[in-house]
Amino acid sequence: MSTATLEKNDSAGPAGSGENAAAAHLITVTLRIRRFNPEVAAEPQWQDFTLEIDPKERVLDALHKIKWEVDGTLTFRRSCAHGICGSDAMRINGRNRLACKTLLKDISPEKPITVEPIKGLTVLKDLVVDMEPFFQAYRDVMPFLVTKGNEPTRERYQSAEDRERFDDTTKCILCAACTSSCPVFWNDGQYFGPAAIVNAHRFIFDSRDEAGEQRLEILNDRDGVWRCRTTFNCTDACPRGIEVTKAIQEVKRALITRRF
Amino acid sequence: MSNVNNVKIHKYDTVIVGAGGAGMRAAIEATKRSRTAVLTKLYPTRSHTGAAQGGMAAALANVEEDNWEWHTFDTIKGGDYLVDQDAAEILAKEAIDSVLDLEKMGLPFNRTPNGTIDQRRFGGHSRNHGEAPVRRSCYAADRTGHMILQTLYQNCVKEGVEFFNEFYVLDLLLNEVDGIKKTAGVVAYELATGDVHVFQAKAVVFASGGNGKFFKVTSNAHTLTGDGQAAAFRRGLPLEDMEFFQFHPTGIWKMGILLTEGARGEGGILRNKDGERFMEKYAPVMKDLASRDVVSRAIYTEIREGRGCGPEGDHVYLDLTHLPPEQLDAKLPDITEFARTYLGIEPYTDPVPIQPTAHYAMGGIPTNVRGQVLADNETPVPGLYAAGEVACVSVHGANRLGTNSLLDINVFGRRAGIAAAEYADTAEYVELPEEPAKFVLDEIENLRDATGNERVFEIRKALQECMDKNVMVFRTEQTLKEAVEEIGALRKRFRDISVQDKGKRFNTDLLEALELGNLLDLAEVTAVSALARKESRGGHYREDFPNRDDVNFMRHTMAYREVGDDGTESIRLDYKPVVQTRYQPMERKY
Repeated sequence: MSTATLEKNDSAGPAGSGENAAAAHLITVTLRIRRFNPEVAAEPQWQDFTLEIDPKERVLDALHKIKWEVDGTLTFRRSCAHGICGSDAMRINGRNRLACKTLLKDISPEKPITVEPIKGLTVLKDLVVDMEPFFQAYRDVMPFLVTKGNEPTRERYQSAEDRERFDDTTKCILCAACTSSCPVFWNDGQYFGPAAIVNAHRFIFDSRDEAGEQRLEILNDRDGVWRCRTTFNCTDACPRGIEVTKAIQEVKRALITRRF
Repeated sequence: MSNVNNVKIHKYDTVIVGAGGAGMRAAIEATKRSRTAVLTKLYPTRSHTGAAQGGMAAALANVEEDNWEWHTFDTIKGGDYLVDQDAAEILAKEAIDSVLDLEKMGLPFNRTPNGTIDQRRFGGHSRNHGEAPVRRSCYAADRTGHMILQTLYQNCVKEGVEFFNEFYVLDLLLNEVDGIKKTAGVVAYELATGDVHVFQAKAVVFASGGNGKFFKVTSNAHTLTGDGQAAAFRRGLPLEDMEFFQFHPTGIWKMGILLTEGARGEGGILRNKDGERFMEKYAPVMKDLASRDVVSRAIYTEIREGRGCGPEGDHVYLDLTHLPPEQLDAKLPDITEFARTYLGIEPYTDPVPIQPTAHYAMGGIPTNVRGQVLADNETPVPGLYAAGEVACVSVHGANRLGTNSLLDINVFGRRAGIAAAEYADTAEYVELPEEPAKFVLDEIENLRDATGNERVFEIRKALQECMDKNVMVFRTEQTLKEAVEEIGALRKRFRDISVQDKGKRFNTDLLEALELGNLLDLAEVTAVSALARKESRGGHYREDFPNRDDVNFMRHTMAYREVGDDGTESIRLDYKPVVQTRYQPMERKY
């Protein structure tokens, strides 16, 4: 267990919101982090870090402060730091979130905040998991536009309504928060998982696409959409607000009615 | 793949470094024509292209009259005439097919009522040479970059592009053949294992992105550390126009997170503490949609003259409250969400505090219009290509227009990918230098074994504060000299750093140290280049030389790293003429 004490006017982070930033007050926060490094020990263990920090900062800011000022071996992925690149999905207080989109004040900072890697994928080190099976499932649903016939010289036409039909599922950033929150996926890594289905949905319901039938056949597999038990974990987990469960249900319905 | 002294050796026709928009656009072309590998520090979909919001410019004329010549002119004027006009013409002309190509690849653009690609206004894009704003930006809500990145990745999956994810390229291998330095390959560090890999290649394309992380308030990702620029510079290749860095007017106050110019394109207004729409004073025609350097300077002028908002008077407001909530939901969903998440502000009813944020490097590795990297003012390095923010063609000159970067990566990413693969098709492999991985192995071993007292984050923080203080929107000889001196001192301190993580597996502690080394090198080039440019042009504004000086400075800066016989390093500056075709420099008014 380690403690980091920060200077009062440290401004590495956003330091708060609105007009009150100058008067930002610091609180003491404990992050309870699931550590694992097979180079050091065969089993994972919990480690507590206590630090002084502005509660309006992000969990990612807290992780950075630990890494930069206390323990350089703490390992996690991150890049854009504002919820668009999808690198830093992790399990925070038992729920999948992006560390860069989660403010400390919103997750009961008076109690220890638990931070673990997302579940269902092999942990490589600390909060870093093997993303390969996740991306393989994505690649398996043919996540690209398929068209037949001659290409038009200009753009393909699409009405605003047809474009709206699949708008929600175009927001996916492939962070794996949904897939790794799914109890079916935890128990059986063969299941395509919500993210792959979301990305299939994005093309099945695109009026320009002509491979919907093929994608539906792929998802009709025993590891396909029928494994979904509609627990809605995925919808709760999605940092982009995609109605993931609804998208999965729409794919199921399309499989029954063959209309999409 | 072979294995020599624990260094793995791979052989490909074409190697692409980076998997953002430019890298993947190049990969789609190169993979069809040659055996291609893409090496990327991040998973491809994590690249910062995905953070671009507003759109991609192309004179489709879908919603009003427009043509590529107007677009060319706007690009040249926006770049304060430092743009190479032949390149700008290609950019604007090929923009149209670039957008149509993306649409055919599946990109879900917003649509007009008759089903064509919708377009909206953006800063600096005008009808008939500056008469009035024009709708030229093709967009997908306020996540156009995200949709471009996803679409290109989808098409890479479709084409079976071979990726090496989380491979960090640390060195460029050049070898002399008949007195000419030619491309032999690159050396990469595999993050997951700590292994070092040599990729022998006939052609290499650098598409590794920008270097904005040497500023503190920036829209750039943590990973934008100029790795490609620094690798080329270390190997004696020049860097062009590094003093030109763009400060985007609307970053979230203190955090720097980007709020798209599309917000102003949709009708958003900048206001000072008195509620005044101050851009009317600075740009009577284009107002809030003047080009970015103009708006950023206006914001800081308001702040300096005491009309900034908040108790510290250190920001201004982006006001969207007069726009219908449905319009914000449909056209600007992500940025309104950012305001809610990070500021706790409801943009329907409250103005959003903003300040300029370090956004985009206009400078970079010099290339010609085929994407070939230049060893001097005109000689290409055989087999070496660059595209996107890492490169300087130069289509952006002294200031890039909004929506021209998503365009740049597509037009010049495609060109570089084709040119590299075509070159690889006929060229022979260049023999690898002796002990090709030596530089990288030494670098990593030294860092891992180092026991100095300096810490990476402290030096990086000092660098970022120094750059924000001295090399931002307003510069003077004094601030730039201070910067050069301080960066020099920081580079010395950097020699005494140590990392805590001594392991091989996913050593991001070590990675951050390597990245900081690159940032320090590039910050120095930026400050030295800026000090020598005694004029104001585009993004480079010198308070001690407030006017543009076409007599002495209508030329590109070319910075070279020199190493003396005693091992001392210095930066040598040279200059390259600007290509002017049909547009004569004029005073720049918006």
